[in-house]
Amino acid sequence: MADEKAPPPKPPAKPPAVMAATPWEGELPAALKERFGDQIRETSAYLGQPFVFAKSESIVDLLEYLKYEADFDYLVDITAVDWPKRAQRFDLIYILYSFARNERVRIKTQISEGSHPQSVVRVHATANWLEREIFDMFGIEFAGHPDLRRILMPEDWDGHPFRKDYGIVQQDAGWVQSNLKIESGQ
Amino acid sequence: MPDATFLDSTELVLNMGPQHPSTHGVLRVILELDGEKVLGADCVIGYLHRGVEKVAENRTYAQVNPYLDRLDYVAAVSNSLGYCLAVEKLLNVEAPPRAQAIRVILTELNRIASHLVWLGTHALDIGAITPVFYCFREREETLNIFEKYCGARLTTHAFRVGGLQYDLYDGFEQEVKAFCDMFLPKVDEYEELLTGNRIWVNRLKEVGILNGEDCKRYGVTGPVLRAAGVHWDLRKAQPYSGYEKYDFVIPIGQNGDTYDRYMVRMEEMRQAVRIIRQAVEGIPEGPIMAKGCKIIKPPVGEAYVSIEAPKGELGYYIVSDGSTTPYRVRVRPPSFINLQALDRMVRGGLIADVVAVIGTLDIVLGEVDR
Repeated sequence: MADEKAPPPKPPAKPPAVMAATPWEGELPAALKERFGDQIRETSAYLGQPFVFAKSESIVDLLEYLKYEADFDYLVDITAVDWPKRAQRFDLIYILYSFARNERVRIKTQISEGSHPQSVVRVHATANWLEREIFDMFGIEFAGHPDLRRILMPEDWDGHPFRKDYGIVQQDAGWVQSNLKIESGQ
Repeated sequence: MPDATFLDSTELVLNMGPQHPSTHGVLRVILELDGEKVLGADCVIGYLHRGVEKVAENRTYAQVNPYLDRLDYVAAVSNSLGYCLAVEKLLNVEAPPRAQAIRVILTELNRIASHLVWLGTHALDIGAITPVFYCFREREETLNIFEKYCGARLTTHAFRVGGLQYDLYDGFEQEVKAFCDMFLPKVDEYEELLTGNRIWVNRLKEVGILNGEDCKRYGVTGPVLRAAGVHWDLRKAQPYSGYEKYDFVIPIGQNGDTYDRYMVRMEEMRQAVRIIRQAVEGIPEGPIMAKGCKIIKPPVGEAYVSIEAPKGELGYYIVSDGSTTPYRVRVRPPSFINLQALDRMVRGGLIADVVAVIGTLDIVLGEVDR
């Protein structure tokens, strides 16, 4: 027998790690699926925290429905997460709470670069500053926002610092030099 | 159309801050005035923006913790507690009972310290000079306890993910008990100075009213929400760190005005003492650190965990990509969201009341700007 060694078996390709979410069953997810149909892509829970993954067009209707029909009357927070390698680059996350039910639910959606998700200020007044902050930090422009200006960064700053391709020490050198009269802020 | 001159106009735009002493840091408010009446207020914030959420993406989970002390720097212990609970949720571990009890004691001591800063500066803004000295005198005692426990007074970095770094020092229980015994009569003393004081009452009653409905619309939480009569406190609604074991009441107000917010916070200090006394009585023996928190590497996933900080709901939304650094840390700061209601609260009131309303919102700019 030839002393050919069999090539070592290839290790199985490691699947990309995903969140080990479990389906979220119950009255509310069933009602949402019935009402919104294929606009709802997923109703799951992770670590006991339920979330609804919906298409971005339906977010305003969904929040309105949850506020008036299901008592989720307190918008806790809106935030974004940047995934630059993904086709739909940004996650938008709406965290809701219901005083009557003492429950939280997260609404998640994905949007691509340059798209204009609808503002939810009409439904929850809190969203005003929260959406301004997301615009400031991620450059996501909300359609129908009453006053979409930067909120934390200077108004004429170039760039959106919480994007993943914005470096940790990166800055708008032109702004720093003309406004602070120094060579660099570092 | 006749040419309008400036003499015809009755509206005046007035800039307040960012160096104004009663804006409690670097808050700038652009006020639109008609005589003494406020037509609108636009907040300009961001002077203290350090991008802590971005910094967190470039640090390990353990390294993020001390940065968060710099958000609400008068209640650093609360910031640390919220973050540790959020990462513990992602790791699916729980701090041991001894650590939980110590966490409650220190967090409630910090709530007292935070409320004392609020009371002193709020009274000072309105013209009562004495309380600030009294408040800072008692606050010093709480800071001494922090210093003895972990070496730092303000930015304490008191907790670690999974539990605590340090066990209690000898004599901690006695010192905390002595503080409680000393502090309760002091709250009565502050009340004697202010509660029935005619100037104080006239400056606070029916000023900056925010009712329960508006609080919910603007996402306002904490003492501001409770003063509007909404019986909601996360320590009761969704207890964490063993708060369900302690007997305490949630003080609420009725009118949602500045006076009710004052009364709510005064009572909260008494309730904090009540919680501390119960917790310090039966601190369980045992380990102070949970197993499996040496290397913090949560599985892929996300979690939102919030606590009742002295200012309101402080939440952390953390996304893990399975590595040792968080992919995203979002801080849901109570001060930032409460400040948004400022315009609603001062509109139609007098310019002199703007200072009272900023004081009663109890904002910390480190947390507003992050």
